[in-house]
Amino acid sequence: MEYSSKYLEKAVEEISGLPGIGKKTALRLALHLLREEESATQHLAQSLLDLKEKVKHCKSCGNISDSQLCDICAHPGRQKDLVCIVEDIRDVMAIENTGQYKGIYHVLGGLISPMDGIGPNDLNIEMLVNKVAEGQIHELIFGLSTTMEGETTAFYLFKRLADFKGKLSAIARGIAVGDQLEYADEVTLARSIVNRVPYEKSIEQNS
Amino acid sequence: MFLKELHLQNFKSWSQAHFTFSPKLNAFVGLNGAGKTNLLDAIHYLSLTKSYFSNTDAQNILDGADFFSIDGTFHRKEKEERIHCALKKGQKKTLRKNKKEYEKLADHIGQYPSVVISPYDRDLITESSETRRRFMDTVLSQGHSQYLFHLMRYNKALQQRNRLLKYFAANHTFDALSLEALEVQMQEHAEPLYAMRQSFCDELQPKITYYYQFISLGREEASLTYKSQLHETRLRDLLQENLTKDKVNQYTGVGPHRDDLIFKLQEKSVRKFGSQGQQKSFLIALKLAQYDFIQKKLGITPILLLDDIFDKLDEDRVAKLIKLVHDEEFGQIFITDTHPERTRAMVREIDPQAQIFNVSEAS
Ligand SMILES: [Zn+2]
Repeated sequence: MEYSSKYLEKAVEEISGLPGIGKKTALRLALHLLREEESATQHLAQSLLDLKEKVKHCKSCGNISDSQLCDICAHPGRQKDLVCIVEDIRDVMAIENTGQYKGIYHVLGGLISPMDGIGPNDLNIEMLVNKVAEGQIHELIFGLSTTMEGETTAFYLFKRLADFKGKLSAIARGIAVGDQLEYADEVTLARSIVNRVPYEKSIEQNS
Repeated sequence: MFLKELHLQNFKSWSQAHFTFSPKLNAFVGLNGAGKTNLLDAIHYLSLTKSYFSNTDAQNILDGADFFSIDGTFHRKEKEERIHCALKKGQKKTLRKNKKEYEKLADHIGQYPSVVISPYDRDLITESSETRRRFMDTVLSQGHSQYLFHLMRYNKALQQRNRLLKYFAANHTFDALSLEALEVQMQEHAEPLYAMRQSFCDELQPKITYYYQFISLGREEASLTYKSQLHETRLRDLLQENLTKDKVNQYTGVGPHRDDLIFKLQEKSVRKFGSQGQQKSFLIALKLAQYDFIQKKLGITPILLLDDIFDKLDEDRVAKLIKLVHDEEFGQIFITDTHPERTRAMVREIDPQAQIFNVSEAS
């Protein structure tokens, strides 16, 4: 495509670098910004800069947060010895939406998948292992999706946490096999948190 | 279950076509290249959401067009159901049942089963083990709702393990636990795959013998053997034993992805020792056994698609075969042939209600 402005071309190039956005959509968005008030674009640009500069990861759970400790970890009413292990913030939001969970989270930041170049070292696992070693966790809940990668990661953690003396449970069992937590409906998710089951499954027989 | 009507647009050689079928016997006659086989393939598409003959979906769009659509009206469980399959260039294939789009294509598999018998089946004998595994996978996916799930999970875990082996080699590193986590997944899905494949072969075996003797008018014993490394050893131990090799090859050399089927006549390999006639008869017996298997597993009578059947057998045997499949046990049948008179004479004698379509006229 030939652009009449090199600034327009640059903007289209940057916008189309975002996932799921092609050149056509990028051009439409750029033209939209051109038509809008300048302040709107300034707000957008500033919010994106803030996103990169100011967002932190909670030092306790690894979730995205504005402070050293996220609101959930900092909340005095949350049960700190009950930890639900999830893939990312979207799962935290899904479980929080049910209003049924009173513990805290541990956010891995992904799932083990060699095809996507993600190994255990790329995930927030050491922090969890340390937390467990400190002996302050009473129950660990696997809140990972029932995809192949979710199950692989759960098994890996299960092995790494072999010394854990507390209760191990899983919530995703009530959810259809292959589903991601994010897409589970709220009622099913709420039910499967309340009725979580001991994490034993076939892995113990297999290993 | 049977296909009542078929409407095509831009599918392979057909720009536009409409057919109304007999619930029992149907024949497409016409010269080579008239598009008879493409009609069978359209029916196969509605059944399994893919072509029997071409590898990619886009290959099925008529030259010069930018989409195809296949629309079929089935009679199933006392109801009429419309299946619509369409593909636009550069877009995802869509599949609708009674105008409602399927969430997963896999939900459709096994609902409208079909079995093809075609000259291309000889690949099952002559080509590599991959062809025979694909045959087994296709049949079992139609016959067991859980099979496809385990197969997809196993293949995913296998791919992940291969990638991990490559990563180890590239970075001169090794992590036993990451490998184990994937192998546990492989094991979990290999076990049901193995069990289903074994019972599939056990069930097909006597049927193949029976049909082979029927077609060949002889006493030769046709047999099918399931070859698998999992007969002796469970997968996780196999993977353990083979690890040094796998690390060098950066590829998983053992597992159900190496399974094979062995075809034999009188204990001798059909591939090595069977005559052309014996090979053709064996393939028909195999496909008829497949038909029985699917029918039994699903409780639905599949559609039988007989492509260019005279290529395989002499006229007496074809007549015998058509009579056999026309009896109560089999459902709707489609055959193709190049000789209108030959087909008309045979088909009318077996079933006066049969529909014969002169394809060169229709296209
Ligand atoms: Zn936190």
